[in-house]
Amino acid sequence: MSDTTPAPPTTLAPAPTAPSPARMAQQARSKAPVEVTGAQSLVMSLEALDVDTVFGIPGGAILPAYDPLLDSVKVRHILVRHEQGAGHAAEGYAAATGRVGVCMATSGPGATNLVTPIADAYMDSVPIVAITGQVSSAAIGTDAFQEADIRGITMPITKHNYLVTDAADIPRVIAEAFHIASTGRPGPVLVDISKDALQARTTFSWPPKIALPGYHPVTRPHGKQIREAARLIAAAERPVLYVGGGVIRARASEELARFVELTGIPVVTTLMARGALPDGHELHLGMPGMHGSVAAVTGLQKSDLIIALGARFDDRVTGQLSTFAPEAKVIHADIDPAEISKNRKADVPIVGDCKAVIADLADAVDADHEAGIRGDYTAWRERVAGWKRDFPVGYTPPGDGALSPQLVIERLGAIAGPEAVYVAGVGQHQMWAAQFVQYERPNAWLNSGGLGTMGYSVPAAMGAQVGEPDRTVWAIDGDGCFQMTNQELATCVINNIPIKVAIINNSSLGMVRQWQTLFYNERYSNTDLHTSVGSRVPDFVKLADAYGCAGFRCERPEDLDDTIRAAMAVTDRPVVVDFVVHRDAMVWPMVPAGVSNDAIQVARDTAPQWDREESEAIEQSTDADHDGQ
Amino acid sequence: MSKHTLSVLVENKPGVLARIAALFSRRGFNIDSLAVGETEHAEVSRMTVVVDVEDLPLEQVTKQLNKLVEVLKVVELEAGSAVQRQVMLIKVRADAATRSQVLEMVQMFRAKVVDVATESLTIEATGTSEKLTALLEVLEPFGVRELVQSGMVAVGRGPRSITDRALRSA
Repeated sequence: MSDTTPAPPTTLAPAPTAPSPARMAQQARSKAPVEVTGAQSLVMSLEALDVDTVFGIPGGAILPAYDPLLDSVKVRHILVRHEQGAGHAAEGYAAATGRVGVCMATSGPGATNLVTPIADAYMDSVPIVAITGQVSSAAIGTDAFQEADIRGITMPITKHNYLVTDAADIPRVIAEAFHIASTGRPGPVLVDISKDALQARTTFSWPPKIALPGYHPVTRPHGKQIREAARLIAAAERPVLYVGGGVIRARASEELARFVELTGIPVVTTLMARGALPDGHELHLGMPGMHGSVAAVTGLQKSDLIIALGARFDDRVTGQLSTFAPEAKVIHADIDPAEISKNRKADVPIVGDCKAVIADLADAVDADHEAGIRGDYTAWRERVAGWKRDFPVGYTPPGDGALSPQLVIERLGAIAGPEAVYVAGVGQHQMWAAQFVQYERPNAWLNSGGLGTMGYSVPAAMGAQVGEPDRTVWAIDGDGCFQMTNQELATCVINNIPIKVAIINNSSLGMVRQWQTLFYNERYSNTDLHTSVGSRVPDFVKLADAYGCAGFRCERPEDLDDTIRAAMAVTDRPVVVDFVVHRDAMVWPMVPAGVSNDAIQVARDTAPQWDREESEAIEQSTDADHDGQ
Repeated sequence: MSKHTLSVLVENKPGVLARIAALFSRRGFNIDSLAVGETEHAEVSRMTVVVDVEDLPLEQVTKQLNKLVEVLKVVELEAGSAVQRQVMLIKVRADAATRSQVLEMVQMFRAKVVDVATESLTIEATGTSEKLTALLEVLEPFGVRELVQSGMVAVGRGPRSITDRALRSA
């Protein structure tokens, strides 16, 4: 969104003797205020906050900020090809590292192109700061060239946002933005800075005085609530830990592992929490929800106590809310009080950071154990273990020797291993990546869960790779998603960001096609992408080649492992692998939208075949044959 | 549904009103009435918001309001323990034949005439929304030509101040 509106060069060109922003920031740490421009003040603030990477694209209104950025030795600016890419890259960086991701864009269309990633970060509680240029304050409100009220536009999709028109406010606002983005329930913060504020002379000193009288996130849980929760846990017979993305954001995996060992309570991890507890753990039942495992869905459904940790009872998890886990009491711990009892009423609400909550819960349960109070879940554990054994997540390979998408993802996970980072787009491949990769550590799985943003994968993988340069980063993408943001391959090639992209190419908008198969009489309206069946538009291998990436294609199961290994061997540039898979593969299990989770199907029109005791308890039709997958 | 009166203390900054109003609309709540003004502390504004919701959604909207960074405090004022007032200006048709009747109504409701013309009277009335509705009902037969109402403002009874407490905790 660059425009070439001439900027007044006199205020932009740094004097030959001007100190570098890094040196100035150092001076600032010694608290001596220095005289700078607003733009320098912005860059020095970023340096003082130890920002090492900014993803962005310059343009007219943000141009003053790009000048001191050129001199910064601490802040690496990565020039992306579309602002949406900058936003998702900041998200990927943040989700992989736990640090605040930063993106930058100019006013108007540059800023509006950030709207999707900002909304995405808001839904998935990703800490990012978006910095946008705004037209000069005198021109605000006049429909000036490239003017958009980005603060107004992003009000409902940011944790907080600012419009800065006075250069003196820049350090304070930037410091506040980072503080708000990264504390409490993390989220996106947008800082819109008018061009004249960037150009004006001001003084910079650090740290600025933060003034947020209305912002006090509660992180320590209330002791009374913890004791009440421990009482319910001891009294329960069929408890389940419903672990959400909050556990990942709170970096509470160790605490969770200890709590699970201590209590022996079975665990489900949501789409946002894959890896919070290792998938290999025997009490791990898998992912709940619309495409969750039978054990996880049914475990929640039949439980008498749900311990929700950093989860929000999303409709994709609960199915029809009124019939969700009808016998369960609910302990709901979240750092955001507004999530508690929003969808499902909590019997014991606990407001606090998951790390502290789980640690305190473990201490309380431990104390109960010392006192001889201990819940007995042996029978329940056996029951859920039976579901886990009888109904593993599986798939039917196609008869014609074509490649199964599930097999591709399964092998990819096995070969790349648990130390890699996996970043999915949205759709069938996302669900398969959640189901068939074994996640053994937190922050190894990145995806767009809440907003469901197609196009998230490639730029987010880019951001993750920048934040985690020593890890293998696999973007597991669909042929539809990939075409929304693949321009960032250019960014990856030029900036030496060697991501690997696995395109699960079924020549379709696969998830929509699946719904058309199931609910629209196989009328495939506008879901054929022509990327492998009949034609290859585009040819992804040639596209990879055009970008300077390594390109591979794999169409047969017998070539699969070799192709993955060949892709793993390329480390000096990005790799794109076109896995041509059969297009009729569907994601199972599935709970159709809007019905009870009791109606889970393991294949088309196929309910799980419960043993007699279970089926009496479940009162579920088992007429159709279960195909054993 | 039932009416609830919320007092929302906010930082006195540009854009706060838009933020609050947008939150109500985004979460699907209709605002019956809204009034904003500075408090005894220049840096704090107070909004009085009347919403028509059940208790559970009210809890949700209160929590969502509390999440806004510029919101300092949200208090629900119960009708029984708060003074609630609204201002109404009514331009009512009144000629020589009906003027005395209209004035009688104005007196009964302890309202005031603030403008007189040959064909009309403009009446200022202050009170609870119930009182103002009642006044409006008796004036309607004469012919209401124009009606303007302020948002409701409300303050808790007794010596305690929610502003002081909000600032102290801030």
